[in-house]
Amino acid sequence: MPVDRPEGGTAPTAKGARIDLRGMTKRFGASVAVDDCTLTVEPGEFMTFLGPSGSGKTTTLNMIAGFTDISAGGLEIDDLPVGGIPAHKRDIGVVFQHYALFPHMTVAQNIAFPLRQRKIPKAERQRMVAAALETVQLPDHAARYPGELSGGQQQRVALARAIVFSPRVLLMDEPLGALDRKLREFLQLEIKRIHREVGSTFVFVTHDQEEALILSDRIAVFNNAKIEQVGTAHELYERPATLFVARFLGESTILRGTARPDGAGSTLVGDGFAVRTAGRVEGGEGGTAALVVRPERLRLTTDDPAGIPSGTNAVPVTVVEEIYLGAARKLEVILPGGARGLVREQAGALSDLRVGDRATLCWHPDDGVLLPDDPTIERIFT
Amino acid sequence: MSARLARVALWATGVLVAAWLVAPTLVVIPLSFTDKVSLTFPPTGWSTRWYANFFSDSAWMMALANSLLVGVLVAVVATVLGTAAAFGLSRWASRRGAAVANVFLLAPMIVPGIIVAIGVYAVFLKLQLAGSLAGFVAAHTVLALPFVVTSVTAALGTFDVRLETAAASLGAGRLATFRQVTLPLIMPGVVSGALFAFVTSFDEVVVSLFIQSPTLVTLPVQMYSSVTRETDPTLAAAATMILVLTTVLVTGGLALSARRNRAR
Repeated sequence: MPVDRPEGGTAPTAKGARIDLRGMTKRFGASVAVDDCTLTVEPGEFMTFLGPSGSGKTTTLNMIAGFTDISAGGLEIDDLPVGGIPAHKRDIGVVFQHYALFPHMTVAQNIAFPLRQRKIPKAERQRMVAAALETVQLPDHAARYPGELSGGQQQRVALARAIVFSPRVLLMDEPLGALDRKLREFLQLEIKRIHREVGSTFVFVTHDQEEALILSDRIAVFNNAKIEQVGTAHELYERPATLFVARFLGESTILRGTARPDGAGSTLVGDGFAVRTAGRVEGGEGGTAALVVRPERLRLTTDDPAGIPSGTNAVPVTVVEEIYLGAARKLEVILPGGARGLVREQAGALSDLRVGDRATLCWHPDDGVLLPDDPTIERIFT
Repeated sequence: MSARLARVALWATGVLVAAWLVAPTLVVIPLSFTDKVSLTFPPTGWSTRWYANFFSDSAWMMALANSLLVGVLVAVVATVLGTAAAFGLSRWASRRGAAVANVFLLAPMIVPGIIVAIGVYAVFLKLQLAGSLAGFVAAHTVLALPFVVTSVTAALGTFDVRLETAAASLGAGRLATFRQVTLPLIMPGVVSGALFAFVTSFDEVVVSLFIQSPTLVTLPVQMYSSVTRETDPTLAAAATMILVLTTVLVTGGLALSARRNRAR
């Protein structure tokens, strides 16, 4: 949840800083790694950069940290341009995927490292190190060396080292990427708790959409060096702005066809179906469009098509796959044009359909998002 | 049966080659314990008088002191310069530039010593460095530098550069990062480089013969003149002690390298 901020500037007492990316761009020779990114991270917010590898999210993080020069555009932290400030003077905490603990120092020495650079007296230092170890719940490991710790413990030490000097911004570059699933889920909750406790602005990079949904106040979806959309998990899931976002976050059924304005909405005519939707596609006069419908918005029925209320979309399909999930089941269906669709049925509301059955796929016209089609998308995801 | 035979043959060959390599060196040890006034092999009787002679003769002791002094200074200077060079090479964005510079740095290891000696002698005469302590240290540093560069470059090869990025994010400037993170982690390479540098200077004879002066004679030079003037077994005693010292230092250096490699 974004922290409230008084109008017209950051309160100086806020524990987190505001980060403004203004058309930030990074070129490596002829290739563009980050293209004209504009984004504001609010003070105390938990912002996640989500995207496939090579989408520019880590490069953007490195520019904020000061590890990489900015080719064009600006970067401001609390209204202060920081583009020319070297990394070690930015006062930004960073947690790396590979931990980057100093192997020749004990855990306590590692955590004291940023304090020593800041000439903090020894007694004060020891107190702060102990407090940081308490925060990451490793109070008994101060005298150990990183090599003696497990991956999860090492990453918690790295986290303690990055927060011990109370940076107003904490950057995390796939910090859980090297850990197994169980540990990852546990540390996600830990990171969420630590974010609440320290109140700094967190920027978290991941390619794992589930992780992004669990952790973030808001998510910026990166693709192909650009930010596709910024929003809360709910906004991205329910109202994806592009087909890429719809495909990257969560599952969906995508119906492709030609969209024509129809009343307040549109009618999408595809191969073997014509469905109504509330949305309009910009410049979509007869243009190709894609309708995205989430699995839980779809319903399968074997009722007589005549019995389906008018105004509800109905498309004939064949069930080809059943995936049992305990609390729910997913049914994969073949649409008239040959494309695949996905329906989620909650336990307790299961139909008695089996693989091979024919059925009618129904949904309300409001329960879909009409987007301009992008034929290049399928190449990314298949 | 034939596998066992092959193994025996392999061992025999190995032992033979090893003997061929070290036997000439080991001959000086019995020589140094002879009771005769000449270098006779095998010795007919045993005594430690040549060791006593070594430590009581002021010429030998001066030469030893000079060699130790030059060796330590060379170790310090070559280690500082060589570490800086290796660090610079590892961070040079142009890999081709670094490769070319590396060839120049390693050249003293490849160029025949006598050629280096003639060049150094000519320049030192002009600069009036011949026969001076500074001259010895400068000339030996050139010869020792490749060993430091090689050893530190190997250490930097296993050093995780990302630790420097982490240090920067934690508020450490470049100098603080080098002192607190990089240097401690490449220290085994630096120390073994320093040991090799000392040994290089300590047993260097060709260049030293050219730039020696009556007031500054190093141990190998003293040994050389000793063997040309007289056949005094003190020479063998000195050689034995150098052998022991350099063996210990080089073994120490190699052990440090091995430990560094294992640590990764």
